[in-house]
Amino acid sequence: MYLSIYVFPFLTYEYVLNNQPVPSVHTRNQFHTIQQILNVVFPLTAVLVFFLFCGIVLLLRGESPYAFYLTILKSGFSSFDEFASVLFYATPLIFTGLAVALAFKAGLFNIGCEGQLYIAAFTAAWFGIHINLPSIVLIPLCIVAAMLSGAIWGAIPGLLKVKFGAHEVINTIMMNFIALALTNFLVVSVFREPGQMTLQTEAIHKTARFQRLGEVIPFIKESNLLDASFLLAILCVILTHLFLKYSRWGYELRLVGNASEVAAYGGIKPGRVIVWTMALSGAIAGLSGVSDVMGYRHRFLDSFSSGWGFTGIVVALLGRNHPFGVFAASLLFGLLNKVALDIELELGIPRGLFLVGQGLLIIIMVCMEGFVIKRKR
Amino acid sequence: MILSLIPSTLRKATPLGYAALGGICSERAGVANIALEGMMLMGAFGYTVSAQATESAWIGLGVGIACGFGLAMLLSGATITFQSEQIVTGVAINILALGSIEYLLPTSERVVGLPELKLPIIGHYSILTYTMPMLILMCHIMLYKTAWGLRLRAAGNSTEALKTLSLSRKRWQYFGVGLSGILAGMGGCFLVSDVNLFTKGIIGGRGYVALAAVIFGNWRPINCVLACLLFGFADSLDLIHQWNIPDQLIKSFPYILTMIVLAGLVGKTRPPAALGKSEN
Repeated sequence: MYLSIYVFPFLTYEYVLNNQPVPSVHTRNQFHTIQQILNVVFPLTAVLVFFLFCGIVLLLRGESPYAFYLTILKSGFSSFDEFASVLFYATPLIFTGLAVALAFKAGLFNIGCEGQLYIAAFTAAWFGIHINLPSIVLIPLCIVAAMLSGAIWGAIPGLLKVKFGAHEVINTIMMNFIALALTNFLVVSVFREPGQMTLQTEAIHKTARFQRLGEVIPFIKESNLLDASFLLAILCVILTHLFLKYSRWGYELRLVGNASEVAAYGGIKPGRVIVWTMALSGAIAGLSGVSDVMGYRHRFLDSFSSGWGFTGIVVALLGRNHPFGVFAASLLFGLLNKVALDIELELGIPRGLFLVGQGLLIIIMVCMEGFVIKRKR
Repeated sequence: MILSLIPSTLRKATPLGYAALGGICSERAGVANIALEGMMLMGAFGYTVSAQATESAWIGLGVGIACGFGLAMLLSGATITFQSEQIVTGVAINILALGSIEYLLPTSERVVGLPELKLPIIGHYSILTYTMPMLILMCHIMLYKTAWGLRLRAAGNSTEALKTLSLSRKRWQYFGVGLSGILAGMGGCFLVSDVNLFTKGIIGGRGYVALAAVIFGNWRPINCVLACLLFGFADSLDLIHQWNIPDQLIKSFPYILTMIVLAGLVGKTRPPAALGKSEN
């Protein structure tokens, strides 16, 4: 009986994919359940392989993987405070993951989160330094300005794709390099904090800073870095979900991603959708920079991001491009980012191990997808 | 003054040229190759490690090529056998390559360079620069004058043609991507041997720039290498200090040029018809 539960869905799956008449008892809903099962099975398998891979590498180095797994668990879940730190490390990844996932839904691949978040972070820092207003005005102002600048930086590749057919992948990567150079120039030559060796701007006004949650919530130590940008991230996750699922624009976005021609015949302009999707994606990615400037560092530091834009790709793929999935996946990678430091110090394992694992994880995800879904056609 | 830029242009264009020829081989076979960047990085890494260990540049070159080839096999295994999304896989491979560099970070000691040839009038360049014209010719002849090239192009252009001949599309795609790994690996080796030093950011997006050159050159070897010369020129503009231009702007000039070129402001191009399609 239990076996039939497992075998049954996959049988229907075959039917659907082979375009054969589906037996009348199997409704379309069943296809959905299969997809939902795969949506859970794929990421879990990938994560499992990821941890196995890390373990095997450690064995090859002659160290015990057991200590490694234990460190991860301890560093993430030994106390409420530690868990709050995980949330802190996850916050920027939620934003970049959402940005990549949103673009994916429209069939676009936004690798430019890195550039978009630098531009947005600098904008937020500029407003935070040069404008002094009460918090209630200044914080939204900074956020909106940063999102706008991120949106512009994201919209350019979208525009180039629609107008000239240039692939957005190479363009977003080029925009990353240009954003790095631009912010580097601005920090070095124009806005550098006087008398400092590090390449950073002055600190932003106190009124432009996010509240540290540790000062409000009793469970968390006051020294904990978790700040209000995490709440912003949760808000973003919920809004993105509602937007994709229930709004007209979300419907248009998904339609363009799934069937661009159908969308065109349905009176939707795919070009326009592509441009504003890239803009929206850039805006959300920009929030990642905002969380760093206004929540953590309170200033713009040259090349501060530790590859959040790229981790966002992994997060989006692992979360199956679903906002809630992205949230869960960024918790995992927030934990890994937090642990990476501990592990480098305690066990002497370089951070690169996780990066290799991430690359492997993506490859496994897309391979499973291609192997199971495309091959059956 | 412009004349003084010529040697630098040739030197900067060489790795781009190798990577671009590699890009042609794989894209003509229908596999979009974003992973050129990672293959170059792996090639550079393999060269560094083995050249430091053996003090021999030639062994370094061999290992570098092998590293690029290994990564290419990973890409082709995923995209051809498992039919994964090509662009996402390529980006994943770039992340993987960057991660393995950070994990195995080689020492920043001096690396032996490949031998340089001194010729009258022309000047002295690395041996890989001299083999470049020959390679373009070989690539051109292979693609357009041999049965191999015909089949390789068919893999990326008309899968039906291959089917009617009952030839395996997969095999020719493996062949094309394998070639691209070898060539991109050589490009990476050249980059290290040119400055005798390995750094994490040594490739600096040259893989992507090479890909833009492939598109700009309309997937034809000779045109692509000419495009690489243009990018090499843009890359060597940092030699000019007289004009009061910010350093960062000059450094990002190749990237801006790439975007302009991709926008097709310089002319429309036509990609292989079955590029990025993963059916057999």
